[in-house]
Order: sequence, then C-alpha cells, then structure tokens
Amino acid sequence: MSVRRLDPIQPENFKFSAANMRWAKTQVKKYPKGKQASAVIPLLWRAQEQHGGWLPEPALRTVAEMLDMSFIRVYEIATFYTMFNLSPVGKYFVQLCGTTPCWLRGADDLKAVCRRVIGAQNQVSEDGLLSWLEVECLAACANAPMVQINEDYYEDLSAESFEKLLDDLREGRAVKPGPQNGRQFSCPEGGPTTLLNGAGSSKAKLSTKTKSKANTLKSVRKKKSAPAKG
Amino acid sequence: MPKIIIDGAEFEVADGITLIQACEEAGVEIPRFCYHERLSIAGNCRMCLVEVAGMPKPVASCALGVNDLRPGPNGEPPQIITKSETVRRAREGVMEFLLINHPLDCPICDQGGECDLQDQAMVYGVDGSRFAENKRAVEDKYIGPLIKTIMTRCIHCTRCVRFMAEVAGVDELGMTGRGEDVEITTYLERGMMSELSGNVIDLCPVGALTAKPYAFAARPWELRKTESIDVMDAMGCNIRIDTRGREVMRILPRNHDDINEEWISDKTRFIWDGLRTQRLDQPYIRKSGKLRPATWDEAFAAIANKMKRAKGSRIAAIAGDLAGAEEMFALKGLMTQLGSPNIDCRQDGSAINASKGRGAYLFNSRLAGIDEADALLLIGCNPRTEAAVLNARIRVRWRTGALKVGVIGQEADLTYDYEYIGAGPLSLAEVANARHRFAKVLKSAKRPMLILGSAALARRDSGAVMTLAAKLAAGTGMVSDEWNGFNVLHHAASRVAGLDIGFLPAKGGLNTTRILKAAKAGKLDVVYLLGADEIDMESLGRTFVIYQGSHGDAGAHRADVILPGAAYTEKSALYVNTEGRPQITERAVFPPGDAREDWTILRALSAILGQPLPYDSLAGIRSAIYVTHPHLTQIDEVMSGARLDLNKLARGSTRIGKQPFSPAVDDFYLSNPIARASAVMGELSALMANGATGATGTDG
Repeated sequence: MSVRRLDPIQPENFKFSAANMRWAKTQVKKYPKGKQASAVIPLLWRAQEQHGGWLPEPALRTVAEMLDMSFIRVYEIATFYTMFNLSPVGKYFVQLCGTTPCWLRGADDLKAVCRRVIGAQNQVSEDGLLSWLEVECLAACANAPMVQINEDYYEDLSAESFEKLLDDLREGRAVKPGPQNGRQFSCPEGGPTTLLNGAGSSKAKLSTKTKSKANTLKSVRKKKSAPAKG
Repeated sequence: MPKIIIDGAEFEVADGITLIQACEEAGVEIPRFCYHERLSIAGNCRMCLVEVAGMPKPVASCALGVNDLRPGPNGEPPQIITKSETVRRAREGVMEFLLINHPLDCPICDQGGECDLQDQAMVYGVDGSRFAENKRAVEDKYIGPLIKTIMTRCIHCTRCVRFMAEVAGVDELGMTGRGEDVEITTYLERGMMSELSGNVIDLCPVGALTAKPYAFAARPWELRKTESIDVMDAMGCNIRIDTRGREVMRILPRNHDDINEEWISDKTRFIWDGLRTQRLDQPYIRKSGKLRPATWDEAFAAIANKMKRAKGSRIAAIAGDLAGAEEMFALKGLMTQLGSPNIDCRQDGSAINASKGRGAYLFNSRLAGIDEADALLLIGCNPRTEAAVLNARIRVRWRTGALKVGVIGQEADLTYDYEYIGAGPLSLAEVANARHRFAKVLKSAKRPMLILGSAALARRDSGAVMTLAAKLAAGTGMVSDEWNGFNVLHHAASRVAGLDIGFLPAKGGLNTTRILKAAKAGKLDVVYLLGADEIDMESLGRTFVIYQGSHGDAGAHRADVILPGAAYTEKSALYVNTEGRPQITERAVFPPGDAREDWTILRALSAILGQPLPYDSLAGIRSAIYVTHPHLTQIDEVMSGARLDLNKLARGSTRIGKQPFSPAVDDFYLSNPIARASAVMGELSALMANGATGATGTDG
C-alpha cells in the first residue's frame, strides 16, 4: 500500500446517469433525515462503477453535494478505503491476494505473471484492458491462490492457468469464474474423501465407484447452491 | 458523585467526567497529545494510558468515564493507578511508536522549547531507537497563508481537524489515507477559509503546524512574555504578547473561560506585523500642503497657535476605536477645560448613549451566558466578523442542539444553521409584535437572548430599532431576576469605556455626524482626532485637524499636525469590553521613535495650552478615573448595575426605515488602522475576496 492520491488527469465533470441517480435517491432514503451522509459509501461505489472502475475527483464533489457533506469528508473516505480506485484501472481489474495462505500456495508466481503480462502494479496495460493490484485477504483461502477480476473470483490458480486466463480475457474469449483446476467450488481436490458409501445406507451397496461419487456430489450441490464468495 | 481511588487516595468526582479529568481534579498529571478539554474525544494517541484495578490491560483515560468503572470485589471504589511500572512501560511503548517516524529536527523546529512531544519525551522517551526500517516522509501541504506545515512531524492527534470542524465550523481540514499513510490536509490543498484557523497552531502538540509569519523568527525562551488584552474587537480577548528587544514577535491567546476560552482570531494573532509598519514615530506639521517632520515643541506650538485663538464651541474631538480609557478621559478633561462640548467616541455615527443606563449598551448576559442560552436572535450583526471568537462560542452551543438561532440582517455564513427572518427593521417589528413564529421560539425558551449589532444602532432609525428590541425583549421575557438576555455587541474596543466615562457630546454639543457637517460648513476651527480613521475625511473641509495615533492611516493623511501615539501593545491602558468588563493592557514594548503614550501627550498639550490636567502619572490619571467612575476599579469583574428597565427603553419612537441592516465590519481583516498596515492581513483579505468568487488558495 502506498499514499493514495487523486489522479493527475481528471475529467471535467461527473454526473450520475438517470438510473443511478434514481438508485442513489433510494439509498439516501434508507437513513433518517439529517443522517444522509451514511449513504456516502454506496454512492461512491456506484459512481466508481459508472466511471469505469475508478473515482474521478468531480465525482467526490458530486457525492459530497448530494449528501450535504464537505468535500474533505468525502475525500477522507475515498482515500481510506482501498476498494475505491483513485486512478484509472484496466477493463479487467485484477486484485491479487498476497496474504499468507495465498502466498504459501504460490501468490508470488502469480505476481510474476502479472508483472510480465500486465506490467507494474497500478498501471494500466497499453491496450487499456488489464491492470493489477495486490490486495489483502479476499477470504477465499480454501481456494488459494486466487485473484478477483472485476466482480468474479478466479481460484486455485497456477502460473500457467493464470497466464492463460489473462490471455483469454485479453483476446475476448469466454472465461469461467471459480476454481481453474477443475475443482468443484471448495470441495476436496480430486473428489470427495468422506461418505463414499452413500447416504449412510449399509444395504444398498453401490456397484461402481463413479456412481457413489456422483451421488455425493449431488448432495453437496444441494447444500451449496452458490459458489463461495467471501 | 462517584468515588474513585487515584494512586491510593480516595476522591469524590463529578458525574460524567472522564478518568483524565478526574485525575486532573486530583492533581495527578496525565500525559496526552490528542485529548483537549474543549474538543471532542478522539482517543487515538494512547499517551494517557492508566491502569484500572481489575482491567487486564491499561486503558486510555481520556476515553473512559468515571461512571463506567465497576467497584472492587468488596464494594470498594474503583482504583486507578497512574504511577505503576505497567503504566510507565505502556507510555514508553506509545512514545517509542510516536518517535519512530518523528524527525529529530528539534533544533530547527519552531515548536522547539514549547513542544508537548519534546517535553513528554523527556519523561517517557527512551534514548535509542529499535526501528531499523525506512522512516516515512510526508509532503508538506498548503493550508493557507498563516500556517506553515511540516507534515513529517505530525503525530495524527487530529486536534486540528476536530477544532476546525467543531469550533471554527469550517469543515476543511481532514485526515486522509489510512495506517502509515495517514496525512492531514485540506481538500486539494485549498487554503482554510476561517478567521480562527490560527488556533490550530496552538493546538498542534508538535511542530507540524506552525505560524508562517513567525517562521524561524525567534525561540520561545528568548521572548519576554507580557499578559495583555486584545483590542481588535470589543470582546477584550486575553492575549500574551511575546517580544524580543523592541519588537512584538507574536501574539498568543491566554485562557479566560468567560471571554475567549483559549481561542483568538487570526486578526488578533497575526496583527503584529502591522505594529511595525506605517508607524508614526515623530510629530509632523503640514506646511504648504505637505507633511514635514517636526519636533514635539514645534507641533505643540502649531496646535497652541490654533487652539488658543479658537472658541471652545468651535473645537471638536472624535475618539477612534482603539483608544484607551485614559486618553479619552484626558482628552475629555482637556476639551471640557477648553469649553468644548463637542466630543464623541462613536466615530461610526452610532446613536447609542449612556442616558438609559449601562444596561442599555452592554452585553448583559455576558459572553459566557451563551453557554446557557437556548434561543438567540441576532439583530443587524454578524458575529463572525464583529467578534469571531464569540461566534465560535455560539456555534459550540448550537452544536449541542440546545440553541435555536434567528437572524435579522445580512444573510451570512455564520458556521451554524439559523432561521433567517428578514433583512431590515420591518422584520424586527414583526418579531417584536409577535407576528413572526420566531417570537414563539423566544417566548418558550428558558434563557432567550438577543444580540443587537453595533451597526444596527448606527442608523438614522437606530432609536426605533432600540425601542423595538427592548419591546421584543420585554415581550418574550428576556429579562428577569436571574437572566438578562438583552445584549449589545460592540465592535470598537474603545466604545464601552468611552460610554462609561462619558466621551459623548455634552449639553448642546455636536455628535460625530454633526461635527463632520459643521466642519464641512466651516463652522469648526479645530478637530482633534484621537486615532479616529473610520470617518469621512473629505467632510473635514478646511478645518485644522490634529491627528493623534499610532499609524499613518486616513486620519494622518488628512491631518495638519500629527502627534505620534502608542499602539495597544505599547501602553498600559484601560479597556472595557462589550460586557462592561474593565481590563488593562500592559506595555510589552516601547513606542517607536518619538511616539509617546497617548495620555501623556494630552497632558503635555494641556500644559502648553495653559489648561494643565490635574494628574502627572499613570496612577494619577487612573485614580482620577476611578474617583468619577468607581466601577472601573473592578478589573476583570463585571459589575451588575441596576436592573435594566426595559419598559423605559421600550418607550420611544418606533418609526423605522426600510433600509436593511448592514454589517458593522465590511472586511474582517482590514477593520482598523493597525490591520490595514499589516501585510498578512492584506493577504488574507485578498484571499477571502478570491475565495468568495470561487478561486482557491492554490490558484495564487
């Protein structure tokens, strides 16, 4: 982490789109009268989303004026939270986890890939498609090492699979979020290791190993309907 | 009233206070950086750690209330230990962290010698460093022309941020970033648009924020400290004048809970460069249209030549805003002996006078009364420019949520929300006749007050304004046995003393407006200006003008004879503040060149004119004043005079004009001759003008 400053090159102005403005008003309404400043983080986040993943200076002022806050208070918030990008980011913004579990599982290799394929940290690649940033734990340690690219997690990476992922993104090929080594969510790697006999029944001896595997997976799928995210 | 044991001794302390306050009451000193009794609690420096029996770790004493402590196992009072080994080691640990990134540049730091960190490091600092990593360095920020920043020294106590947000009411300073990268800055390094910003220099416990005009000028231990009184406005803020040799090096606030707490305005603090420039250091006489240097004898002879031939009724005197009671008293004595009834201390043309008793021109609820008030009506006054520190007090009271403010007059940014009632006396009449809903607010309040600005009383319809204000006060029950909410806020430091000693037209005498009219018409021979610069010099026509004062301002430019006087830092003079509290300035330095203390000039002149005044020493003139005005002997006391008779005050003309109220001060930074001579004030004034048009400090 380093000192966070506003980007030297700023747009002239910032305006919420009509839809975002409507949404912003519903956010402000969530809070009691006089406490509208509580909506500052959602509004800044939406401004960042609207502005291609980073917060320009006029957006800080726009949000401050909407919430009747002084500029410095909004500026404090924008510089405090690292989730707000104060400089332009690539179309695909890679947040690479470098905290201990990921580091033990090879985050350094991923960093080397980033440096080679994208360039220096916090710098947008020449084609404008990629930029990367090392972040603290993104809470997907079971699938370490991992990165977050825009909204999605890409887990169980190796240097090769990560480089391929970046290439695919750059070339516009479809990519699949989640574990990149064929693993199912955060299930044991290489298939289940427990309950192999199927649902606790001693009579119904399953004929093949594959069948039992399929059954167990089904029950797992029932329990877990969405991929683990944070 | 909880009982606590501090270092083995039992104390009974007030409810709701914090441990640090309890320790202070018990006389136990707790080191601190971020805690400040007039600001909110931050609890982020961790220097005030103490041990509480039964708690596993040391606690920050500034952030723990005495009521939150539990009694001991046998019901004994909670026990605080401030001198144990644990506490010492905890504080040493904090100090070590603070010193990790703090530069060792005390020898070139302006805070050196009066630095909290330096002092506390003497007690809790260790002699070596265990920190082998890179130290951080922080870019210096521009936050205005008054405050020099050396941000690497900052220890992030956030006192400055809290002061600006809470007291000054200008939310411009903030802490950005996080962790090691935290920085104090303004938004995009704009200059702070506040008239109280200089106070962050005092609040800063280290040398991160220091005074720019004073940078590298002097060391605290080589300065002579003189306790004195400020005259930039009529509040009478208590100040300390630091001098070296013959020069005022800086001005700092002194604590006075009933007046300025511990704040002063930027004008008070940084006026001192104006004390060095544009000074009148010798007498001048106008010869063939040009002012030429002269000796005292020549100047007195020129005056005597004119005065001796003039009839008393053709002589007039006007006292300016910075005049002390002594010189006004001496000038009044001289004019009386010369047979002139034409004297006035109200150079702004105010109609306020002493005929209705002292209560009709004082700030009766006292400045500290604001802390109790629950409804306030400002009439024709902008406290932010007329008494900046008072405005901060109103803001602090307003922030508690207990004060409702209404404004009649200029719709200015006062740093707090108010109900805007209207611009002129018509709105005042509406409230006075209970036709406006703010009248109900005042009526239902327990401690309602109004503040009548001095400009509201310097109008053609000022009599009616006074009548209406009195009617309003009577109608809303502002004056009772234990509360008097009828207040006049003066702006001129000399005004109340002038009214008290009666520097007012005697029977048949002319007031300022009529003096100027008469002078223009050639009906006066001599006009004596005692530091009066805020009058229309054109109207003085061809009259012979004597200007006695400290600075070469408008009055000196017009004068035929200039008598160089002393500024408020160069004389011991009596000033009475807007509450009616007499206070005495002390001489910190001698007047420059041939300039003399003002009353001595008048005493000398009186002898030349053959009308010697009956006192030869400062003690002599003071006792003469005290004999006729005994209430002025009560230095720093407010004499509660006879109860204000509102009914008498409310009887009078109510013929009001339509003209809106205008503020008493056009430009806060240039409101008197000393300020106009100050380069710093000039810069601030220009900056404010730019700020008003949207340009920022970084543009220039």
